Amino acid sequence: MSSLPHLLALDIGWGSTLAIKTIIVLAIIPAGALILGYVFLLKVMSHMQSRLGPMDPGGFHGWFQLIGDGIKFLQKEDVMPAEADRRVFAIAPAVIVISTFLVFAVIPVGPDLVVKHLDVGVFYALAVSSLSVIGVLMAGWASANKFALLGALRAAAQLIAYELPLLLAVVGVVIQAGTTSLNGIVLSQQNGAIFGWDGIGNPFILTQFVGFALFLVASQAELTQTPFDMPVAETELVAGYMVEYTGFRFLFFFIGEFGTAFAFAALAATLFLGGYSVPGVYGDWANILGPFVLFAKLMIIAFLMFWVRFTYPRLREDQLQAVAWKFLIPIGLLNILVTGVFKVAF
Amino acid sequence: MSATNPPRAPEFDIDHGAMRHLADAQVNVELDTGDMILNIGPQHPATHGTLRVVVRLDGERVLSADPVIGYMHRGYEKLTEFRTYPQVTTLINRIDWLSSFANEVPFIDAAEQLMAIEAPPRAKYIRTILTELSRIATFVLFLGEMGLQVGALTPPFYGFRDREYVLNLIEAVTGGRFHPNFNRIGGLKDDLPWGWIADCRSTMGTVLDSCSMFEDLVLGNEIFEARTRSIGIIPPDIGAGYGVSGSNLRASGVDWDLRRDGRPYLVYPELDFRVWTHADGDSFSRYWVRLQETRESALMVLQMLDRIPSGPIMAKVPRIIKVPEGEVWVETENPLGQMGYYVISKGATGPFRVKIRSASFSNVSILPWLLRGVYVPDVITILGSLYFILGDIDR
Repeated sequence: MSSLPHLLALDIGWGSTLAIKTIIVLAIIPAGALILGYVFLLKVMSHMQSRLGPMDPGGFHGWFQLIGDGIKFLQKEDVMPAEADRRVFAIAPAVIVISTFLVFAVIPVGPDLVVKHLDVGVFYALAVSSLSVIGVLMAGWASANKFALLGALRAAAQLIAYELPLLLAVVGVVIQAGTTSLNGIVLSQQNGAIFGWDGIGNPFILTQFVGFALFLVASQAELTQTPFDMPVAETELVAGYMVEYTGFRFLFFFIGEFGTAFAFAALAATLFLGGYSVPGVYGDWANILGPFVLFAKLMIIAFLMFWVRFTYPRLREDQLQAVAWKFLIPIGLLNILVTGVFKVAF
Repeated sequence: MSATNPPRAPEFDIDHGAMRHLADAQVNVELDTGDMILNIGPQHPATHGTLRVVVRLDGERVLSADPVIGYMHRGYEKLTEFRTYPQVTTLINRIDWLSSFANEVPFIDAAEQLMAIEAPPRAKYIRTILTELSRIATFVLFLGEMGLQVGALTPPFYGFRDREYVLNLIEAVTGGRFHPNFNRIGGLKDDLPWGWIADCRSTMGTVLDSCSMFEDLVLGNEIFEARTRSIGIIPPDIGAGYGVSGSNLRASGVDWDLRRDGRPYLVYPELDFRVWTHADGDSFSRYWVRLQETRESALMVLQMLDRIPSGPIMAKVPRIIKVPEGEVWVETENPLGQMGYYVISKGATGPFRVKIRSASFSNVSILPWLLRGVYVPDVITILGSLYFILGDIDR
């Protein structure tokens, strides 16, 4: 394996490297959103709901449908309510998408393939992902619409409540790995062993299954997906904070929604399923295979997320808070306690 | 909501010390937050059309709710006065468009009573079968749509799919999916098509299966239960006082079904069926009762398919229909509740006056009482569980 030339040892300046990385990340988000939207929204959901889904556009299973939808959104009139706070209204969708972009900056897709190695990668990722709530509040307030305002306030209350279980779920992983760097967490899973057998390393889902479940539930709430989709609830608030948005700005929300799902799935895959690592592959080969391995793992997690989304009804706002404070947070604390005891004992 | 001005400040000297004291007390008790008035509808995905509910909110809690109706008023009662009796059926099956066949039955029944004609037994059987099929079509859609009201995306598609099977049956007989216009005074337009009975039998099996599926998918879901149990409770006396009828009233524990308890009509007296009630009166029990009634209707159709007699489908009726002078009140158990027509005839080719008593109008009249004090999300589940059709409210 070491006979392979060192692919990434290109001698270019840090500025060019950063530019290349930024462009790649900028391309990943819409591509990821498109892939998730196509696979889950158009195909898996249609299958679960006994519908055909779009089959014509583009020939093979209607692959062009989402791109066509995007083009349709670009052609639509950009409507802004007369009462709207114009500047805030315009910026809000971008704020949401930017918070998604920032998460990708620290997710490693290979031993060397990462925009920025951060020693506090986990906390950085969780912190910037919650920036989106600012965008949601901005959108809801600036729309000058009562439904939008209700939606935004719900979203704010919900995202704050679920930030905590999300963090607590991750703390168990951090204790076990002994590092908060995402790359370090991947490596400690890769180099770990299950009772002395190191055939597949030690993916943290085996020991942190409670944390994994917590993370999935809380990220479902962070993504405002069913059963925690009160902020957008079509049948109650029409579309919540997005109700006044049309055309291109609405497309931003769409990209933000699925891009964030993509980011959280990647984060969960990194934290619990071993990220880019695959047993017996090291060095440059890991750099080559890494993105594909991570993508495969991410899709498994995303399938779980969307499966729940298409199956469950929606909780009520107060029930949602009760679930967070009465169940998820105590379980999360207990999980940390147990993890700590085991860490000290073994 | 009234646009009165705030009360004018008192015109006397104010004791500032006392006022300051008062202000402190005010702050300590509770911050005064203004109410927000939210228009749910007329364009809102949860109101099945154009119902408008003006709710006054404190946070997300409803202080008062006023349904505003009439966005879809089409003036059917007046229009009937300018139509002949056969033409009126075209109008009235657009009242409750989900179960239009069931709407035709009481009116035709009224005309037949006035003319002292009785439809042949086979026609009565076919009418009953089609009425029950339209009940199934309505309820199966409800079973799915209620899932959507509480936020599940998948059940409505199953509901629409299963309804399509039933509508195909109705279309095969009448030629119309939605507005069959198939009843004639004294009988029916056509007989059943060849092979229809076997089709209907297999489709009823599908309906029974899908009822079990809804029981698992929606009724058995913990979140659905948390959202609907003890939400929107209608006590039996209050419900009856507001004129709530049909499954909504039976879900409050009132054992009253016009198919069994009313004046005998169609072939219901010959059928063996159970009237389902539930003691709770909440949204959950309304769903539960409709689920059981869907099942019961499918079983009734299967019974009738076994017993359907042969024979003519039209009685002897004059070529030009003139209804003798008289007046009659006919009420039937429609999918949405008690549906009645008061028909006054002056001996002409058309009715002199028709009063339509539609179920949904009375069912939504309980909303101001029912919605007080609930949360906004519960407004939607309660509206969904009452299950009204806008055409049936506004006529």
